[in-house]
Amino acid sequence: MAEAKTTEKKIPVLATQAVENDNLKAEIRRLKSEGYRLVTLTCVDLDEEHVDLLYSFDKDLEMVHLRMQQPKSTPAPSISDILFGAFLVENEIQDQFGICFDGLVLNFENYLYLEEEVARTPFCKYSVIRKDAQ
Amino acid sequence: MAKTIIPFGPQHPVLPEPIHLSLTVEDEIVTQAVPALGYVHRGLEKLCDIRDYHHMIQVVERVCGICSKIHAMCYCHGLEEMMQVEVPPRAKYLRTIWSELHRVHSHLLWLGLFADGFGFEALFYQLWKIRERVMDINEATTGNRVIVSVNVMGGVRKDLSLEQIRWILSELELVESELKALESTILDDYTVKERTVGKGMLTKEQAYDLGAAGPTLRGSGIAQDCRQLNYAAFSDLEFEPVVEYDGDSYARSKVRYRETLQSIDLVRQALHKLPDGEINVKVKGNPEGEGVARVEQPRGELFYYFKGNGTKHLERLRIRTPTFANIPPLAAMLPGIELADVPVVVLSIDPCISCTER
Amino acid sequence: MFKITPMTKNILKNLITKKSTRPYPFVIREPFEESRGELYNDIDNCIFCSTCARKCPSQCITVDKEKGIWTCDPFVCVFCGTCMEACPTHCLHHKRTWRPVSGQREMIEMQGTPPKSKKKAAAKKEEASG
Repeated sequence: MAEAKTTEKKIPVLATQAVENDNLKAEIRRLKSEGYRLVTLTCVDLDEEHVDLLYSFDKDLEMVHLRMQQPKSTPAPSISDILFGAFLVENEIQDQFGICFDGLVLNFENYLYLEEEVARTPFCKYSVIRKDAQ
Repeated sequence: MAKTIIPFGPQHPVLPEPIHLSLTVEDEIVTQAVPALGYVHRGLEKLCDIRDYHHMIQVVERVCGICSKIHAMCYCHGLEEMMQVEVPPRAKYLRTIWSELHRVHSHLLWLGLFADGFGFEALFYQLWKIRERVMDINEATTGNRVIVSVNVMGGVRKDLSLEQIRWILSELELVESELKALESTILDDYTVKERTVGKGMLTKEQAYDLGAAGPTLRGSGIAQDCRQLNYAAFSDLEFEPVVEYDGDSYARSKVRYRETLQSIDLVRQALHKLPDGEINVKVKGNPEGEGVARVEQPRGELFYYFKGNGTKHLERLRIRTPTFANIPPLAAMLPGIELADVPVVVLSIDPCISCTER
Repeated sequence: MFKITPMTKNILKNLITKKSTRPYPFVIREPFEESRGELYNDIDNCIFCSTCARKCPSQCITVDKEKGIWTCDPFVCVFCGTCMEACPTHCLHHKRTWRPVSGQREMIEMQGTPPKSKKKAAAKKEEASG
């Protein structure tokens, strides 16, 4: 078996464009009008307080990623009113990471995958415990 | 007319896997469809915490039972790009051959199930009889029928001998001729057309906005195929994405039928061009950084996201399967059709629910 | 209106060709050369190095080096063949056929002779000579 060629190793970085909560929707609208298709959202657990939300878009097989750092305690703006296709993945993130989405058009309220007796968010290293709103 | 809510699934004769749809019906016409998932959720993405990245190949193969090879290929392809490993050309070709064989058998399986879905059982048996030859090729060359486990990091584990290549070519000849004998039944039969033409319309704009993938997207007139990204050996092979413009269930089944023939052709091209040499390289080190990979599955575009932290366990693995992307379009297709056509339309996106929920 | 569907030709053809199924328990197809069935350890050649246990993606193999017991849980095994390729002495094989259906969980357990550690071997040698 031949050895893999090891040229100078550099850590691969995903080229992303940083967005904030305030300008997320404007960016999504811009991408939509430019003819980009939503591929998916990816949620990455960072630390106790934050997650990364990656919005991946595609146009003619070229990908564009938006990155938004989101505190776990505040709800993220939902893009499902602009792109209906995002509702499923936003519900999934809600289930797995406990991030709430504001203005989700079709909200399963944490019960897309999870059963009602599950009170923790299974994909987080530091789990967010669900409590009923007072 | 009062509104009625009819539950469709999770147990339904046409559904091989469980998905639930709440159909709001007025008279016999569906006005709203709300999907509900969660019957086969396994949390496979999270397994990357306890299985190292070599073991994860066998885990991602089990995301989908039908296109397991393509999942493993996507995973390996993505990580190899991240770790800057150059895969030997023969391994690339072998990966292409097996992945296209998977597409052939997946499409034949679907065409059969679809025929069964609208009550054409004779066609179902015929198509599955043809599919059996492809399954035999898989078993004879890799050792397993469905979950073939041939991918490893840095290449493949099995090689094809000249004798096997000759046998595959002769078997494919038979698959092609048997399938072509059924062409007029699949495409022109009265029963087929009556049940599929004009059912489950999805316009080009809708398909694009809702993020449809694969044959659902191409059936609506958008020529986008991830194989054009030239992963594995696709850069050396000639093919054109299959497109149909009608956007109904018939167009989607036509796309899949034509793709089956196209895949047979691609396997043949790859077998003829198969270069000599090594079939794998040793991969050293652990993945670090971030990366994405996209390949074309039988059901559409498959998206993987990786995040490594320099240990043998990946920090995050995200799998977006094509059916996951095709569920919002399905919810848009259903309103306006008759209740009796719902099973056909649901099947027309080729739902793979265990893929969707992982 | 009477119309001949395209399927009719196919059905007529099927009537005169031979069956594509076989009467299973009486006629069994020969398994392919490469088929991966039940895992089998050629225990005499096993050196109990635990490579298979580490490489196994489903972690179905446990190796006890002290006692020389090699155990595989066939209900967990995924028949991927990774252990077979990783084995340094090539003592692991997949049979071409599967185990018959079983009503209870049975492990594949094999007892071999564990390799003597160098110290013990040296001690024994001394004993023999002395």
